[in-house]
Amino acid sequence: MERVNRQKILRWIPIAGVSVLFLLIVFDRRFLELLLAFIFPGETVVIYPRAGLPGLLGEHLLLVLFSSLAAVGIGVAVGVFVTRPAGREYLHLVNDLSSLAQTIPPVAVLALAVPFIGFGFKPTVLALFLYSILPIIRNSVAGIETISPYLIEAARGMGMTRLQVLLKIELPLALRVIMAGIRTSVVINVGTATVGAVVGAGGLGTPIISGLVRENPAFVIEGAVAAALLAFLMDQYLGRIEQGLSERYGLEAGG
Amino acid sequence: MDFGTGGIMIKVKNLTKKYGDFTAVDNISFTVQEGTVCVIIGPSGCGKSTTLKTINRMLEPTAGDIFIDGKNVLDLKLEILRRGIGYVIQYVGLFPHMTVGENIAVVPKLLDWGKSRIGARVALLLEMVGLDPSAYRDKYPNELSGGEAQRIGVARALAADPPILLMDEPFGAVDPLNREVLQREFVRIQRELKKTVLFVTHDLDEAVRIADRIIIMKNGTIVQNDIPEIILASPKNKFVHDFVGSDRALKRLSRFIVSQYMHRPVSVEMGEKLLNEATQLREQKHIRYIWVVDSGKRLIGWLDTGIVDKNTSIEDAVTKVAQGKITVREDSTLREVLAKMLGEGVKVVPVVDADRRVIGEVSLKDIEKITEEVDASWKE
Repeated sequence: MERVNRQKILRWIPIAGVSVLFLLIVFDRRFLELLLAFIFPGETVVIYPRAGLPGLLGEHLLLVLFSSLAAVGIGVAVGVFVTRPAGREYLHLVNDLSSLAQTIPPVAVLALAVPFIGFGFKPTVLALFLYSILPIIRNSVAGIETISPYLIEAARGMGMTRLQVLLKIELPLALRVIMAGIRTSVVINVGTATVGAVVGAGGLGTPIISGLVRENPAFVIEGAVAAALLAFLMDQYLGRIEQGLSERYGLEAGG
Repeated sequence: MDFGTGGIMIKVKNLTKKYGDFTAVDNISFTVQEGTVCVIIGPSGCGKSTTLKTINRMLEPTAGDIFIDGKNVLDLKLEILRRGIGYVIQYVGLFPHMTVGENIAVVPKLLDWGKSRIGARVALLLEMVGLDPSAYRDKYPNELSGGEAQRIGVARALAADPPILLMDEPFGAVDPLNREVLQREFVRIQRELKKTVLFVTHDLDEAVRIADRIIIMKNGTIVQNDIPEIILASPKNKFVHDFVGSDRALKRLSRFIVSQYMHRPVSVEMGEKLLNEATQLREQKHIRYIWVVDSGKRLIGWLDTGIVDKNTSIEDAVTKVAQGKITVREDSTLREVLAKMLGEGVKVVPVVDADRRVIGEVSLKDIEKITEEVDASWKE
């Protein structure tokens, strides 16, 4: 038991370290300034002057939050719908669409979105939503479809209603796979949202774009490092939740 | 619910199930008496599982009626009907995200039982299927062996104490050794609970071991519906005859329980007087083989009185037997007895109780008598 705890603590150390580094970079302006001045001694201005990282991070998180929440809600609902008897005829269509859409790079999605939905925060949320809904639908369908039909037969045979089967059997069993889809989608979203700056949505992409335009690599690094660390941390924390779920449901050994 | 005794619990009338042009079940009718085990058996695709699944409406019949305790199942709400029928399937279908206790509690929870009532029920059922509640209640299904999982499956089906059990090849995926153990446990539990059971299998030995009545199906129709003894002794036609197999006399032996055929044993206590008593038994009663027991009547071995004389030592005279090697139990079947005899090359086996005390013996002659009866009835 103690050994297991020790291992658990050891595995948290790198994440805790990166978390502290991330917080320092975002919230301690002096630390960031020293760091960037050290890397780029030739630049006179090393921090993007028009907006601080905390504000940019806030914008960035809002973009991710709105698009991901909508994607999770609608994605899981679509996944559930196409695995019901009534929606089964759309299953192939949805599967094909989601794998097709996955082959389009996220940047292209934004670029394509602008002519249709314009510039700014809302269009960016919409574009992010459209892109990030796909892994969630795909994983919801996969998570539910891979449940043994015998489990459903047993549940129905014991007198569960279809809704009870969904809530007590299918969703709990598919949760780990759905959670993996959510994680993928959120991490992609954090990265893709930086491109939102191009279309005027703000966020951590703003210093990157500015740095590129003004040929100041320090600005680029400022935004890129913050975004990369955010994506890494999101991935790690969501991964922990995912793992916690499978442990809670006793599914480590393949279920 | 209150059910009269000995009445008809399940009544299937002119049941037909079609899939497009294919007729899986073709206008069959049968009844199952309350408290009995009815086994439907037949080759793959004969419609046996289909028939079973129409009882709890996992499949809807194309035509015909099914009555449970006099009520047409089509008049009952689907979920209400199913909660009153225990359902066990071959692949068990234990929910992997729930503990053993939670799995068993599914139907009681659907029926809104209180927490303490469910807890007590789970413990009782685990004990009934031979698993220690404190050790198994919180395990997850992936920590169980196949046999244990199937026991939990049976416990789960019995959870809300339904009057009817539907079992669809429940032991089909378990290895032969464990299957026999499960069958014996099933017979023991059924003797106690007296549920009305409809059981589907393709294993005739299993059917013979557990059934009160056997229905043999072929191509969606019933070929023969009789008690096992008659099915084995007088198959109705060539199909049943071939299905039952040429070893039906042997199969029939599993219908006979040792306790009904055992004799009083001749046993002598181990000790100094052993050889004297043995000699006396030979000379006065012409008994050749006797069981040697200890002071607690527990079996040590056997002795051939024919080789005993003044010069033999006790060690030479007594053939010791290892635990369980030739002994049988009161609830063993004569088929198991015969297997022991052939395996160990003996003509008489001792019957022992749980403490290994000798309580009887069965001889090859007893078994021969029963097989002769079968042969006689077949020739008639």
